[in-house]
Amino acid sequence: MSVVQSVDSVALLPAYLAAGTAVLVLITDLLLARPRVTVVVAGLGALGTAVGAALVGAAGERRTFCAGADCSWVFGGRAALVGAVVALLTLGVLGLSAPALRAGRSPVGEYCFLLACSMTGGVVLGAAGDLITLIVALETLTLPLYVLVGLRRGSLASAEAAVTFFVVSVVATSVTLLGAALLYAVTGGLHLDRLGALLAERPDLRDLPLTTAAVALLLVGLAFKVAAVPFHAWAPATYDGAPLPVAAYLSTASKLGGLVALLAVVQRALPADQTGPVLAVLAVLTMTVGNLVALRQRRTVRLLAWSSVAQAGYILAPLGALALAAGRTGEARSAAYAAAVAYAVFFVLLELAAFAGVTALRPVGADGGTLDDLRGAARQHPWRGVALGLALVGLAGLPPGLAGLFAKVTVVRALLDGGAGWLALVVALNAVIGLAYYLRVTAALWAPSTPPTAAGGAVAVPLVGVAAVVLAVATVAAVVVGVAPQLVLDLAGR
Amino acid sequence: MTVGQVLLVAVLAVPALGAVAVAATPRDRAARLVGTIAAALTLLAAVPLVFGGRSWVAWSAGEPAVRPWHQLDLPWVPGLELRFHLGVDGISWPLVVLTALLTLLCCAYTMWRVPDGGSGRALVALLLVVEVGILGTFLALDLVLFFLFFEVVLLPMYAIIAGWGGPDRRRAARKFTLYTLFGSVLLLVGVYVVVAAAGTADVVALTGGDGLSRGTQLAAFTLLALAFAVKSPLWPLHSWLPDAHTQAPTVGSVVLAGVLLKMGTYGLIRVAVGVAPEGARWAAPVLGVLAVAAILVGSLVCLAQADVKRLIAYSSVGHMGFVLLGVATLTATGIQAALIGNVAHGVITGLLFFLAGAVKDRTGTGTLAELSGLRETAPRLAGLLAFAAVASLGLPGLAGFWGEAFAVVAAIQRGGPLWTTLGVLAAVGGALTAAYFLRLLRQVTHGRPSPAVGGVGAGLAGAELTAWVPLVLLALAIGLAPALVLGVAEAPVDALIGVVSR
Repeated sequence: MSVVQSVDSVALLPAYLAAGTAVLVLITDLLLARPRVTVVVAGLGALGTAVGAALVGAAGERRTFCAGADCSWVFGGRAALVGAVVALLTLGVLGLSAPALRAGRSPVGEYCFLLACSMTGGVVLGAAGDLITLIVALETLTLPLYVLVGLRRGSLASAEAAVTFFVVSVVATSVTLLGAALLYAVTGGLHLDRLGALLAERPDLRDLPLTTAAVALLLVGLAFKVAAVPFHAWAPATYDGAPLPVAAYLSTASKLGGLVALLAVVQRALPADQTGPVLAVLAVLTMTVGNLVALRQRRTVRLLAWSSVAQAGYILAPLGALALAAGRTGEARSAAYAAAVAYAVFFVLLELAAFAGVTALRPVGADGGTLDDLRGAARQHPWRGVALGLALVGLAGLPPGLAGLFAKVTVVRALLDGGAGWLALVVALNAVIGLAYYLRVTAALWAPSTPPTAAGGAVAVPLVGVAAVVLAVATVAAVVVGVAPQLVLDLAGR
Repeated sequence: MTVGQVLLVAVLAVPALGAVAVAATPRDRAARLVGTIAAALTLLAAVPLVFGGRSWVAWSAGEPAVRPWHQLDLPWVPGLELRFHLGVDGISWPLVVLTALLTLLCCAYTMWRVPDGGSGRALVALLLVVEVGILGTFLALDLVLFFLFFEVVLLPMYAIIAGWGGPDRRRAARKFTLYTLFGSVLLLVGVYVVVAAAGTADVVALTGGDGLSRGTQLAAFTLLALAFAVKSPLWPLHSWLPDAHTQAPTVGSVVLAGVLLKMGTYGLIRVAVGVAPEGARWAAPVLGVLAVAAILVGSLVCLAQADVKRLIAYSSVGHMGFVLLGVATLTATGIQAALIGNVAHGVITGLLFFLAGAVKDRTGTGTLAELSGLRETAPRLAGLLAFAAVASLGLPGLAGFWGEAFAVVAAIQRGGPLWTTLGVLAAVGGALTAAYFLRLLRQVTHGRPSPAVGGVGAGLAGAELTAWVPLVLLALAIGLAPALVLGVAEAPVDALIGVVSR
């Protein structure tokens, strides 16, 4: 056996592209120091990464960094989907940031570099085949965000948000690492598939208290990343303090990253009968608490933050259902994972559209403001109002937001196929609570506007081209997958 | 594509495109005209659906119990078992025509008068979207598609109530939306309980409950019946209805009472009873008791109501009780009574809400105590109100009679102490219905004109007459010739009963 590993560079192409984008952005900023060029380079890089991921993924699964049968890098259909979605989300967030960057609220070079670094983490994450790669990728995704959250110059809230996020996230990472280490101590393996095979073959290992502890720590650590209740308290404060586009990134790409990590561990490594009940409880708590607290929010971004906590619950639900019903077939399992992925894709699309809508209806560089600031906004800006309204209604899961409706339908169907009828009922009833607050925001958009208040009201904002394009593209994409949800279902099932 | 399929698509596409056209037309009055034309074209497409395709008369065992006159079946989302499967038969056609007619009348009425709160253009566009949802619900032959259209109605109706309604409109609109969403999420779960067990969502294949275990049927029927009970609404899940009806603008109330509630009873017959007959047999006594409770409670509450619109709203609870009693008997007579009761209620209550709206617009109040002597100042309006009230209380010869009478007959025919008691109690409820409508008439039309009524002119606007006369004629026609509805419904109902009572 040769000591020198052969590396399949084609499989790694998306990661190269993403990392290359980060480096290129840094160099461009150093050499040219022209903000506009830097943003364009970052945008093209993100687009290239998305295309690269899609092309490599379309050609079938490729593996590399293998030791025997276990590979640390598995670039298949799902990795391609995650990579492409993260790259496109980065592109979208970049577009949303353009007005604020132009206004000089944040240092452009650093902003774009950090965003590209985070994107690299997201692209690698989908293809990670062992726990170390997974955790490092997740950290690469998160680490730049500590800085990005705090990058709003002269804002105390922004700095506070960054510190909160940093502390919580570091603790979560160490918990995850501890879990991984214990798992290694028990099994001697780190590759996800190997762990899965080992734990399935040897029930004696599975029954060790140490294994239970390891599984619990790993799950808890990752639950922090997706802001699942009871590990959610950082999210609303962080989202609200961060600049709006960064909040959009946090609630889409970053959340997707956490979910992909959780999915990888649950699907491939850990025994479903141990993770299932934990995840089911997490899912129920997450959606219920998220929805109930969101009911009381008065600030737009906080409301969206709590609602995204609740949405994470819907995504976790199919995973939780797996372990509850006895005698599940492999087919039913992969259907449940596919449902979780499909919901996540529908969700990030709508969430991006919602944040884009809020950004478009607020003054350049402002935070999300309160709901009253959005009162009557749709009467002044009908198109932007319609786009935001559509996204919110979609998040609530009602027509005309068909994308969100099909997302809910997918989850409920997966739950009922998996024999977890009670969980389907909980999801369904939560959708009713969810509508109550989404409806409040949506209705506020068309409410008769209050007499023009001081600055901070829904003032007329000249919408900069790029941000308008992001809003339009996100909305059109949401409408398209709403009419043809089979596209997403097919991708998610691969 | 056959002519029937083109018509099926047109029935949904014309109002949908109409709504877009209305939204795109810049001038308000022109936009309302466009909307009215779209609604008229929809009615024109809906009526001829009755022709052709009715090659069979009697149902015999071994054939599917649902045999649409025309159908269209296209794949949409195979991953979710969703097919774009539309079809029309004798159970759905009368409701389709009723929906198209009422929407047309509401659009025409909006040409003449736009309620305060927003532009008439947006109102007409929303009415057309609601129409798409309701028609889609009646035409869908795929459970998931049915659910989809069921949901379409929700937000436009919210917007209609919240945008153009009375003083307390926001709360009423919220209550309506959340209540009915509660119903429709149960519908979603119920639909997928069936789909997960049967592997298909095709109503034609599923009707009769073949291949579903008893447990599945009971669970599915419970969920579906709860969902439809919220929409119908069945006591004790009715509390959204009085607020929504009272606060909604006149056209909103007409659509709500006239056809929106029918989505619940239609769903109960087509989906809940059809797909889970064993569950229906199991739950029939409970359903019957609740229906009779609704009749009695609705009538008693009506006797104590002080507001015209609220009284009519509560009367809907009672009338829907008769419809549900008919369904609960699970006999051919009962289901026929439910169908004709549905249509009659749509026609008469639509008319009543139009008239109540007219009274309220003219006098500025809906409180019974402040209204009296309408006969003196506005004899034609008072006469129409009397006609509608008498039709609603079930005078033989008018539309309201058949549904109520035959629901009682079906219950008595079903026999046994429980159903006989229910039949008798329902008959008592019928008498109470007469009592509160006569009380309404005595207060509003008779006596000396109150100050509010004193200034009302005797004339009726042309648009008002245009909107009301078709309903008056229809109430008479269905009353004199119930075969208009029952003739087309007879064969499909027999087929349904054939598989349900197997």
